[in-house]
Amino acid sequence: MATRLNPVDVVLVGFGWTASIIAQELTDEGLQVLALERGVDRATVPDFSTTHIQDELRYAVRGGLFQAPVRETLSFRNTRDQTALPMRHLGSFRPGAGVGGAGVHWNGQTWRFLPDDFVLRSHTEERYGADFIAPDITIQDWGVSYDDLEPYYDRFEYLCGVSGTAGNVGGSLRQEGNPFEGARRRDYPLPPLERSSGSLMFDKAARELGYHPFPAPAANTSRPYKNPLGVQMGQCTYCGFCEWFGCGNNSKASPQSTILPVLLKKDNFSYRSGCDVTRVKLDNTGKKAKGVLYRDLEGREYEQPAQLVILCAFAHHNVHLLLLSGIGRPYDPVSGTGVTGRNYAYQITSSVEAFVDELINPYMGAGALGQAIDEFNTDNFDHGPEGFIGGGYIALWTTGGRPITQHHLPKDAPKWGAGWKKAMSENYLKSVSVATHGSVVSHRGAYLDLDPSYKDAYGNPLLRLTFDFHDNDYRMSEFLTGKAEGIAKAMKPRSINVNKRKKPYSIVPYQTTHNTGGAIMGDDPRTSVVNRYLQSWDVPNVFVVGACNFPQNAGYNPTGTVGALAFWAADAIRKMYLKNPGPLIQA
Amino acid sequence: MQAIKHGSQCLAAAACTALMAAAAVHAQGTEFTNVQRGRYLAQAGDCISCHTVKGGKPFAGGYPVETPFGTIFSSNITPDVVTGIGNWSRDDFYRAMHEGRRKDGQYLYPACPYPWFTKMPREDVDALKSYLDTLQPVRAMPPENKLIWPLGWRRLVAGWNLLFFDQGEYVHREDKPDVWNRGAYLVEGPGHCAACHTPKNMFGASDRDKAMQGGDAGEAWYAPSLTASERDGLGTWSVNDIVQYLKTGANEDTASTGPMTEVVMNSTQHLSNADLIAMATYLKDIPAHKPEEVKDIDEQVMARGKGLYIDQCMGCHMADGKGQKGAFPPLADSPPIRASQPQTLIQVVLAGDFMADPPELPTGLAMPGFAWKLSDQQVADVLTYVRNTWGNRAPPVDADQVAEVRTALHEHGPRYKRLISQSVH
Repeated sequence: MATRLNPVDVVLVGFGWTASIIAQELTDEGLQVLALERGVDRATVPDFSTTHIQDELRYAVRGGLFQAPVRETLSFRNTRDQTALPMRHLGSFRPGAGVGGAGVHWNGQTWRFLPDDFVLRSHTEERYGADFIAPDITIQDWGVSYDDLEPYYDRFEYLCGVSGTAGNVGGSLRQEGNPFEGARRRDYPLPPLERSSGSLMFDKAARELGYHPFPAPAANTSRPYKNPLGVQMGQCTYCGFCEWFGCGNNSKASPQSTILPVLLKKDNFSYRSGCDVTRVKLDNTGKKAKGVLYRDLEGREYEQPAQLVILCAFAHHNVHLLLLSGIGRPYDPVSGTGVTGRNYAYQITSSVEAFVDELINPYMGAGALGQAIDEFNTDNFDHGPEGFIGGGYIALWTTGGRPITQHHLPKDAPKWGAGWKKAMSENYLKSVSVATHGSVVSHRGAYLDLDPSYKDAYGNPLLRLTFDFHDNDYRMSEFLTGKAEGIAKAMKPRSINVNKRKKPYSIVPYQTTHNTGGAIMGDDPRTSVVNRYLQSWDVPNVFVVGACNFPQNAGYNPTGTVGALAFWAADAIRKMYLKNPGPLIQA
Repeated sequence: MQAIKHGSQCLAAAACTALMAAAAVHAQGTEFTNVQRGRYLAQAGDCISCHTVKGGKPFAGGYPVETPFGTIFSSNITPDVVTGIGNWSRDDFYRAMHEGRRKDGQYLYPACPYPWFTKMPREDVDALKSYLDTLQPVRAMPPENKLIWPLGWRRLVAGWNLLFFDQGEYVHREDKPDVWNRGAYLVEGPGHCAACHTPKNMFGASDRDKAMQGGDAGEAWYAPSLTASERDGLGTWSVNDIVQYLKTGANEDTASTGPMTEVVMNSTQHLSNADLIAMATYLKDIPAHKPEEVKDIDEQVMARGKGLYIDQCMGCHMADGKGQKGAFPPLADSPPIRASQPQTLIQVVLAGDFMADPPELPTGLAMPGFAWKLSDQQVADVLTYVRNTWGNRAPPVDADQVAEVRTALHEHGPRYKRLISQSVH
């Protein structure tokens, strides 16, 4: 029997980026807000202190900041005719756990999606005709436009102190920025990070090929910064330990380094760590949430009543909770009906390693220190002759040169022994990697549902992922990899390795934690779980926020858009929902 | 979070009670004004820091004040009639503040800063009592003091008072402007800055010949000089620099640490700008003392210190020691780095520290502790280097000094963990 706790106005499931943003906004409105975090409590000091955080074995290899599969995992299969098996180790993606969520261990790559991304289906049909989209591809428009989200992108970038060069301010194009980006209201809050020698090589090669390279936007501060909440950040030291690590210098934006110093002091905010939320509790009508059920670390069950329930967990967990709680009709891939779990998508990555003569010093890096081109993203080029949808950016990142996992060797180098050591000493300082970051279409056979066989520690069915990249994506990635190879060759390297994405999708090797969909947003309750304000169509006092809202995945890292959506939803709650609690859009 | 919550609830309750008191008992506006004035003076005097234990009820006492003569536990100053000062009259309270005598006639130990509070005029002391009377009464008896023999005998304080205590309210200096006088009153009276910043003699009394030249702040913390000395005092700071420091705990030259962060958070951040300017004006007028000559530092020590600095400190404080403006404090050309005694610097290197986090500067940026990875000699070397580089000049630090602070730290724990106003850590 669950212990019933004192009610709050708002309960947030998870305490990462989206929960922190929404909590900050709704506590300003005077509401009593509680966040429930499954992981542990963490603060910059002592948990990310520079005196110990740069420990690759502990954090990158053994995953010190990630979700523990023993408490929460999912099962996986490529296609519906297979039997899914549970993942007992994290592989292809590595969701974070703990206060700050994945906002602690991310790299800081903070992109805006392109205006066309938000209207991908209608734009593609308009430019290439409806027949251009294969029948089993289920891409759709978002229900919000780039212009709707622009002010909220701006808020997230200024919250984080993003370093970068604007390409389009109010419609006027800037030479050194990304000429393809949507118009932004103002420059980035900080100038770009210092360029690495790899960035400069990429820049030169890309310019020779007629592209428009630019410094990738980075939530790694190039200068000391004070954000609009008055929170101070230190300047990035280029230590090369962003991804998989917390930042000890307050230089990488995270909830801890941008919001929590203000939020945690508010009387009307509280949080609890070590809480696994297992259900959104609905009333008899199934149209109203009464709160959530959660388990603490000892397995005791609690009921936390709330007026408003906001799911701010990682994409998978939001969808899992919706399925367990019976919110939204589960998606049925046979009939193509139902919504919850529909349009799961991922990203398709590839790389071209280049072994060069110049000294690169890769260990001086930052998570989002990179030079990129956007010529081949979304619809920045003519897809007609190519016959696929989507694209991605191509970039050279200098994220670091950590000893265990961050090094490159030519294909013919020995795999062990003296020969390996010799090759390593010859190449460690003289190699770079040109990466592609490709979009993935949503399609009929890619979805999330409840596993019929495997259960978690609480006896609940595991979330089941059924996914393979669509042929469209393999063709797109092949195209993108070819362009990356062109840039790599223009650097005049001694040799290159081309690492293409092979069929089928494997969940074992790490690729990216940019999982999307399953609780997508849209205009039509028949094809989306939440409306354009991220409010459940079926249970109006439940909002769902995060990359699970993306109807398909874009060719960019998602955090910028996730942050913008969190501000957008918070604004809708503040300005509309609280005045008149109920559906913000009539279905 | 919890601490803040208590604080503000208590303030809300206080304001509420004050309102009721004003309406029901006195039926006039002046009592409310008086209570507000008393609350402000309680903040100016930083009563809460010593009269509250972290996690305990505000003003309920029981906080251990460490002295060279033993531990004195602060008293309960809530209006509880049995364990607090609820049955003290205004006269009783004035006598305590003015003469250092309790209601029962017993002597207070000078751990309570009555040698400074004696300068407060009657109306200020009455206002303070009015405010304390609005607090929620808490029934709590502080633990027995643990003093070395024979100091448990309070009568001995009479002799101490005779030797070291000048009773009497603040006397306005006609030759000085009002702003100076207001500052002098706040600094020498309720603010009791000299209690830490003036060196003490063997009897624990302030050495008046060395007023504000830097002193022991207890538990192996050192309060640096506040004289106009350019090397280790306030000589290079403008009035504005001082005001900014007292308001936020940081200015372009440095950031507060340890007990001073408590002073900023519990006291000075709440003072009006006019009063902070007054305090700064007075402080700026304290004549410089001559700091101790520094002999040349051993080159090997400097080389070792520099290596350690590059490995451990440079990420935040930068290669040139200038820190990061608006974030991490500089070490270069900074008077507190050149303090004549290094204990506070040792504390910060060993245990780390959190900057003050008032509303104007909410971050509470932190430095991690190095106690677990640096030896006494290494801490001594890096501090000697920092204290003698980039325009700094100060006596070297030796490993024994580090060892002593390490022992004190082991005994008392990191000071920031006891900060009652801090919410995040």
